[in-house]
Amino acid sequence: MTKQFVTIKGTRDGLTLILDDTCAFEDLLGELERVLTANDIEGDEPMVTVTVKIGNRYVTQKQEDQLRETIRKQKKLVVEEITSNVILKEKALQWKEESEVRLHQKIVRSGQVLEVTGDLLLVGDVNPGGKVVASGNIFVMGNLRGIAHAGVKGNKDTIIAASLMAPSQLRIAEVISRSPDHDTEGVPMECGYIDTSKDQIVMDQLARLAKTRSIMNAFERRVSHG
Amino acid sequence: MGEAIVITSGKGGVGKTTTAANLGTSLALLDKKVCLIDTDIGLRNLDVVLGLENRIIYDIVDVIQEKCKLQQALIKDKRFDCLYLLPAAQTSDKTALTAEGMKQMIDELKQDYDYILIDCPAGIEQGYQNAVAGADKAIVVTTPEKSSVRDADRIIGLLEQEEIEPPHLVINRIRNHMMENGDMLAIDDIVQILSIELLGIVADDDEVIKASNHGEPIAFQPNTRASIAYRNIARRILGESVPLMNLEQKEGFFDKVKKALGFR
Ligand SMILES: Nc1ncnc2c1ncn2[C@@H]1O[C@H](COP(=O)(O)OP(=O)(O)O)[C@@H](O)[C@H]1O
Ligand SMILES: [Mg+2]
Repeated sequence: MTKQFVTIKGTRDGLTLILDDTCAFEDLLGELERVLTANDIEGDEPMVTVTVKIGNRYVTQKQEDQLRETIRKQKKLVVEEITSNVILKEKALQWKEESEVRLHQKIVRSGQVLEVTGDLLLVGDVNPGGKVVASGNIFVMGNLRGIAHAGVKGNKDTIIAASLMAPSQLRIAEVISRSPDHDTEGVPMECGYIDTSKDQIVMDQLARLAKTRSIMNAFERRVSHG
Repeated sequence: MGEAIVITSGKGGVGKTTTAANLGTSLALLDKKVCLIDTDIGLRNLDVVLGLENRIIYDIVDVIQEKCKLQQALIKDKRFDCLYLLPAAQTSDKTALTAEGMKQMIDELKQDYDYILIDCPAGIEQGYQNAVAGADKAIVVTTPEKSSVRDADRIIGLLEQEEIEPPHLVINRIRNHMMENGDMLAIDDIVQILSIELLGIVADDDEVIKASNHGEPIAFQPNTRASIAYRNIARRILGESVPLMNLEQKEGFFDKVKKALGFR
């Protein structure tokens, strides 16, 4: 064999498999299987997590499944993630859509729903009975008195912020919190986000947000998380 | 060429019909030629509040279905020569009215009248659509209660989709003592939430109910709080700037001082 298609690196967190991105996919699969069987891990060792880096190769969903299958055949290996440097244009457009800030200037009144892909910047109020929904973050420059649902496609990293926070309900991804049953005046300059340790929405002053977490838009998040 | 104003609210029983009757009366007092239209098919009562029930021969559905001429269905008021009513039908089925028919009819009325006030049924369905169809402007009536304000907000959202001017607000049935105790929404809070222009506020006053029971709108009386309030609203419709009436007018300055000093 002249050139190695599979490089294995051991790290503190498990194994990293670096796969060649110029050879044919079949050749890559073949060698992956050979290398893994040759390095088979013995009997009662613990499970090892594997990160797979496929460089500048684009794999289809079917090919990705094949890669996972090949690695999973080694009983002690679990695939953590498969990362590639490249994505389809179609995907890139979707990322772009989901990371754009949508500016709206209106009052979302009772019975109305304002739904956007991306982050929502609303200049105006959300009245009781009104609802705003975004796949990303929600920023209300006005009174939030109705319902706001951020990260509607499941993104738990999103936040909801308002000039006056007096919502009847906040939702982030699948997590819901409702207002207390007694009347409240609302809190100026407040935001809500998910406290991952409790899987609950917590509220904080907007001014403190910069210290506790950074607001990422969907694009930054995706590029950094792969 | 006159102006058509729809009076609407979403919620029932907040005072649309009372407002229509009183604004019609007040505008007539100011020498305007006014036509009131009751579009609450099956639940007509504008005629009762005006004391004109016994004069009805034809109604709005008869006009739309061309069973009579528009002029034949119009009823002249007892008190004013310049005030007319087009009554709703009490028996016909609601689908008899159409938005297109309403538009045509109102266009025709606009030739002869300065103001056409359209009393809208409760709800946001076809009845509301019909009432709004021919209007140039809208007045939204609410009471200082959460549910009523919520429905007003819903209606304002719907009105914003129509080709009419931004609606104006009337807050009706304000009770002073409840307002002072914080048991009712404050006027400022209502205006802030609905964020449309406030046209006027009307106190809750037993005289209003007594007057409608006698078939004579309160605005016809010279000096009750409610009649002054309605007449002020009419003047604001005409473009005058009339300051908001102080609901506490019965409590003078000295009363306040006494209260502050602990006298009762
Ligand atoms: N300002 C007021 N003070 C006291 N009673 C009122 C006032 N406005 C309306 N009402 C009463 O409330 C009831 C409902 O009013 P109405 O005008 O018929 O409402 P709607 O047309 O919106 O259903 C009626 O009995 C009416 O007399
Ligand atoms: Mg009515």
